[in-house]
Amino acid sequence: MTKKQKKVLARIMIAFVLLVILAFIPATGWLSLVLHLIPYFIIGYDILRKAVLGIVHGEVFDENFLMAVATVGAICLGDYSEGVAVMLFYQIGELFQSYAVGKSRKNISALMDIRPDYANIEVDGKLEQVDPDEIAVGNIIVVQPGEKVPIDGKVIEGNSTLNTSALTGESVPREVSEGDEIISGCVNMTGLLKIQTTKVFGESTVSKILDLVENSSMKKSRSENFISKFAKVYTPAVCFGALALAVLPPLVRMLFLQMEPAWTDWVFRALTFLVISCPCALVISIPLSFFGGIGGASKCGILVKGSNYLEALSETSYVVFDKTGTLTEGVFKVNAVFPETERITKWKKDEETAEKFLLSIAALAESYSSHPISKSLKEACGEALDTGRVTDIEEIAGHGVTALIDGRKAAVGNAKLMNKFGIAYAECTEPGTIVYVALENEYIGSILIADVIKQNAPKAIASLKKNGVKKTIMLTGDNKKVAEAVGKKLGMDEIHSELLPADKVSLVEKLLEEKEKEKRKSKLAFVGDGINDAPVLTRADIGIAMGAMGSDAAIEAADVVLMDDDPAKLALAIRISRKCLRIVYQNIVFALAVKGICLVLGALGIANMWSAIFADVGVMVIAVLNAMRALNTKGLTK
Amino acid sequence: MNKTYKIEVDCANCAAKMEEAAKNTEGVANATVSFMTQKMKVEFAEGVDEKTVMKSVLKACRKVEPDCEIDF
Repeated sequence: MTKKQKKVLARIMIAFVLLVILAFIPATGWLSLVLHLIPYFIIGYDILRKAVLGIVHGEVFDENFLMAVATVGAICLGDYSEGVAVMLFYQIGELFQSYAVGKSRKNISALMDIRPDYANIEVDGKLEQVDPDEIAVGNIIVVQPGEKVPIDGKVIEGNSTLNTSALTGESVPREVSEGDEIISGCVNMTGLLKIQTTKVFGESTVSKILDLVENSSMKKSRSENFISKFAKVYTPAVCFGALALAVLPPLVRMLFLQMEPAWTDWVFRALTFLVISCPCALVISIPLSFFGGIGGASKCGILVKGSNYLEALSETSYVVFDKTGTLTEGVFKVNAVFPETERITKWKKDEETAEKFLLSIAALAESYSSHPISKSLKEACGEALDTGRVTDIEEIAGHGVTALIDGRKAAVGNAKLMNKFGIAYAECTEPGTIVYVALENEYIGSILIADVIKQNAPKAIASLKKNGVKKTIMLTGDNKKVAEAVGKKLGMDEIHSELLPADKVSLVEKLLEEKEKEKRKSKLAFVGDGINDAPVLTRADIGIAMGAMGSDAAIEAADVVLMDDDPAKLALAIRISRKCLRIVYQNIVFALAVKGICLVLGALGIANMWSAIFADVGVMVIAVLNAMRALNTKGLTK
Repeated sequence: MNKTYKIEVDCANCAAKMEEAAKNTEGVANATVSFMTQKMKVEFAEGVDEKTVMKSVLKACRKVEPDCEIDF
C-alpha cells in the first residue's frame, strides 16, 4: 500500500468508529448534525475540496461532484448518518479500486520488467557494480551466472548457456562461447562471461524492448477512445437526468395529478441515481484489459506496440508472408545429392560413399569462394577440407568453377557450364539451385541446394486457418518453381513469385483495396523478417516482424514483433488478441448493463443509496478481475 | 520533439482528463497519458521551450485533477 492509501485507510477507520459511536448517542437536532459533520469532514474533505475546485475551474461534472452533491443532499434532507455512510463507502470503494488496480499494474509491469539494474566491471581485480548507463562502447563487463546480460556485446572470454525466455518466451537454452554476439536481456545460467560491449545501454536490445512495451499503452485502441468519448458525454447527461428526476415528477404530481409533490423522496432518488452513475468500472477496466493482453503476449515473446494493434490483430483475416526467413530458414542447405554411383566408383576411395565423394569434389572446387552456395557445400561436407588437394582454380562468371583436384580436372557449376564443355548430364528438375559436377569431362552427379522450410511452418499455416484467417498469401523474389513448391507444401492460398521489393508493396496495396470492398471488418497482416521489407511492414494494417532478436530495424518498423522465428507464434498472437478483445467487450456490456438496471431501479425508488454504492464498487471489482484474465495465456499456447 | 514524463495520478478517468488538458495546452502538438505505466508522452510544437510548456501543462492538469504530479 502506498502512503496515500494508508492515509485514506486511517481516515476510513476513524470515521467508521465515530459513526458507530454516534449511533448510540441520543443527540437530536442541531447537536446531531454537528456531531455527524465531524466524521463527514474527516472522510470526505478531499472529495469536497476537489468538487469545489472542479466548479471553480469549470470542470463541474466529475465523480467528486456527484458524491459531494449526493452526500450534502442527504445531510440537508436530515439523513445525517446516511450522508456520512455513503461518503465512507465511496472512499472504501475508491481505496479498494486503487489498491486492486495498483496491484494488477505492478503484476503486469513486473512481468515485462527485464531491465537490468547494474553492470559489473573489473577494477583492480575486483568486481564493481555500476549503472549500465555509464558503460561506454568497447568497455568490458563481467556477467556472473544468474545475472542478466545488461548490454549488447561480444563474448571475449568464457562459455555459458543463456536463458532467453525473458525475450522470446521460449525456455530452450542457447549456448555461447568466445567470439559470439550476445544480446542484453538474456540470463547467464552457467559460466562466467566477459563481454566487450558493442552498444551503449540506451541502444541495447533490452532498452529498445522496454521502451516499446512501456509506450505500448500510449497507442490507444478504438474501444478505449470510445470509452473516453463516452465518459465525456455520459457524466453531464447523468447529471441532467438526475436534475430532471428531482424536479419533473414532483411538478407533474403537483400540477396534473393533484397529489403531494413528495420533494424529499424524489430528490433522494435523484441523489441515488448520481451515485450509481459513476463510470469508473468502464474507464478503468478497458485499458487494464489491453494492458493485460499486451503483458500476456510479451510473456510469450510477442511484443505488441499498442492496444490498437492488439485490436487489429484480433480482426486479421488476410495474412501475407514473405517467404525467405519467415516461412523458410533463409539459409541455403544441401537438400539432396544425386550421385552417378557407377561412374564414381572408379575414382573414390573404398571407404567413401558416392554421396560423400561427390560433395567433397564440389566443396573442394568451390573452396576459395565465399558464395552462399559454396558455404552450404562446405557445411554439408562436414569435416575440414584439405585445400592442398586443389590447384588451378578458375572461376567462370555465371557458370561455375573449374579446378584441378588431385590432378584431375573438375567442373562444378550450373547447366550452362556443362553445355560449355559439351558434357552430357542428367537434368535435375527439383526446385532449387542445382549444382552439376563433372570429373575429367565426365558427369558424376548433381547436388540440390535449397532453402529449407521451417519445421513449424506447415502447422502454423494450418493453425491460422483454424483461427479464422481467410486467406494466406506468400510473396517472394524467388523463382516460380521454388515458390510454387514451397507454397504448395505449406498449403498457401495464393503464391506470388519473382517480385521486386516495389512489387511487394503494390501487391499488398492491391490486396488492401480488394479487402476494402468486403463488408466485414477485416485486417491484413504482413509477416516478414524485417530485413528489407520495411516499406511493406508499414503499408500493411499490421506489420509483423519475425525473429527480431537483436535486429533493431525490425523492432522499429513493425507493429508486432515476434522475438523468435517460430511462425506458430502468429496464431498464438491472434488468439491472445481475440481473448483480450472478448474480455473488453464483456466488461463494456456487463458494466453498462448493470449500471443501466441500477439507474432504472434507482429512479423507481427501489435501489437505495447503500445498494448504489455496492453496485458501483462491485461492478468495478468484477470488471478489474475479469480484465486480469487477459494476462493469462496458458490455455492458448496449443 | 517527443519526451516522456513520469506522472502520478490516481484514477483512469483523471488520466484521460489530464491527457485532454495537456493536448489543449499551447506549445503541445500532441500528448498521450498512460494510466497504466503512469507516464505522459508529450510531443512539443516546434521551437518552444520544453520547461515553460511543461509548466503550463502542469497548471492545466492541476485544474482538472488537483492531486496530479508531473516530474519534469
